Amino acid sequence: MTDQIVEQTLKVEKIRQDFPILNRKIKPGVPLVYFDSAATSQKPLAVIEAMDQYYRNTNANIHRGVYTLAEEATAEYEQARQWVADFIGAGSTREVIVTRGTTESINLVAYSWARHFLKAGDLVVLTEMEHHSNLVPWQILAKERGVRLEFVNMTPDGLLDLDTYHQLLAQEPKLVAFVQASNVLGTINPARQMIEAAHQAGAITLVDGAQSTPHFPVNVVDLGADFFAFSGHKMCGPTGIGILYGREHLLEAMPPFMGGGDMILKVELRNFTHNDLPYKFEAGTPSIAELIGFGAAVNYLKSIGMDVIAAHEKEIVTYAYQRLGAIDGIKIMGPAPEYRGGVLAFTMEGIHPHDVAQMLDRDGIAVRAGHHCAMPLHRKFDVPASTRASFYLYNTLEEVDKLADSLVKIKGIFS
Amino acid sequence: MDDLYREIIIERHKNPLHRGSLEHASICFEDENPLCGDHIRLELRVDENNRVVEAVFNGNGCAISTASADLLIDSIIGKTVDEVKAITKDDVLDMLAIELGPVRLKCALLPLKVLKAGVYGVQQATDDLIEGEPNP
Repeated sequence: MTDQIVEQTLKVEKIRQDFPILNRKIKPGVPLVYFDSAATSQKPLAVIEAMDQYYRNTNANIHRGVYTLAEEATAEYEQARQWVADFIGAGSTREVIVTRGTTESINLVAYSWARHFLKAGDLVVLTEMEHHSNLVPWQILAKERGVRLEFVNMTPDGLLDLDTYHQLLAQEPKLVAFVQASNVLGTINPARQMIEAAHQAGAITLVDGAQSTPHFPVNVVDLGADFFAFSGHKMCGPTGIGILYGREHLLEAMPPFMGGGDMILKVELRNFTHNDLPYKFEAGTPSIAELIGFGAAVNYLKSIGMDVIAAHEKEIVTYAYQRLGAIDGIKIMGPAPEYRGGVLAFTMEGIHPHDVAQMLDRDGIAVRAGHHCAMPLHRKFDVPASTRASFYLYNTLEEVDKLADSLVKIKGIFS
Repeated sequence: MDDLYREIIIERHKNPLHRGSLEHASICFEDENPLCGDHIRLELRVDENNRVVEAVFNGNGCAISTASADLLIDSIIGKTVDEVKAITKDDVLDMLAIELGPVRLKCALLPLKVLKAGVYGVQQATDDLIEGEPNP
């Protein structure tokens, strides 16, 4: 690992030129301010062009054809897998399963690993800040198999209460599954410590990395995660592509998830032999152009530097926390900036989040309103919904000023 | 200011004419839109001639759904239950007189959905009831 000190700051104006969509106007004279990267990020030219190039020059199905196009497509696809594997520090591409996204990655673990290894009464530990994608698959499993679910509490600040975590670990869970960075509160959880403690308690760990991998350096080996799930589209890549990283010995012991072409070595009428890793879990024609686009995305992020991106987002979120926090009637959800990534959810007294978001749109500002696929989290904070601004490498402090000014204006209209 | 938040919408949201609760309601019904957390309860008092003499709403919602509830109640007071049953989605949209995308359409129509479920005495109003199709 390189240990160079990052002195370099992000050249945001240069970066913005890499994203064609940032040139567009929402209406005449009103440029786009995109603050919904936690839902999906915008795409740089490098990604758009890589996919375009693939369809124009290389398109063919992979892993079977012997003709030139098929071999080139296969090589590009596997090269992209290698780049993504390197990006998260995976030791081998055998541990890097291509899925359609974080949700599918988590479901893969729930359907294959958990249904094979968990039985009635076994404990699965989750947290109160999970996205529905790391909640519902386990609820389905609990109903079907009688697996028990327990939840790590949140503190009023929106941090995980590690005391309750350790109490739950004392009950010897079989699996601990948690989000590394919250999509609502922005909270960054101490994943490495939590994984270490889980392992000491004999549990397998699954980390939802959908909101962490795009925003700061992640090394799955360093973290010690047994499973790690993330999506391409939140990190400058296309939709419909994601990864499940899993330790090789776990993946080897798991039954296949879906059956079909590509995941087999040999098929008879009543039997099949499954393929080697990682193909064992990749039934059917995968999202080829999307993985190639994802490969371009991680290279793009790498060229800027994940530490540099993280520092830039920290600056933006700290500034936004101050600006919005100073507006009377605005309540920011979640912890102080030092504990959070580039996400800021808030409520405005007397104004419904839908109205806030719709009115911001008139100023070209795109934010999310609702429960952000985390209904139990909102219930815990006793609000039905919130407005969320989420930041990425292409956002600027001036855009935060626009947001704050627009919110003040909205407050005036409603009061 | 664009049309979506024209004055009457903001005004009815801030100072609704019909927010409250009734002592002796004949019809009460509530429902929510879990996506945005809107929650609306309607209470109606109907006299012996089956005419709505009093109606109020309460709950939490965005400007579009509260304004829609308030305007809807304006329009039903004095009507018979059969006339209320005949109110359609288009009637509500005419009252609001704003252009709505699919997400906000749900906000605008939540009060009507609640009203229809209440007057028809069903668990949940079907799209047919809201669109104003002939009686089911």
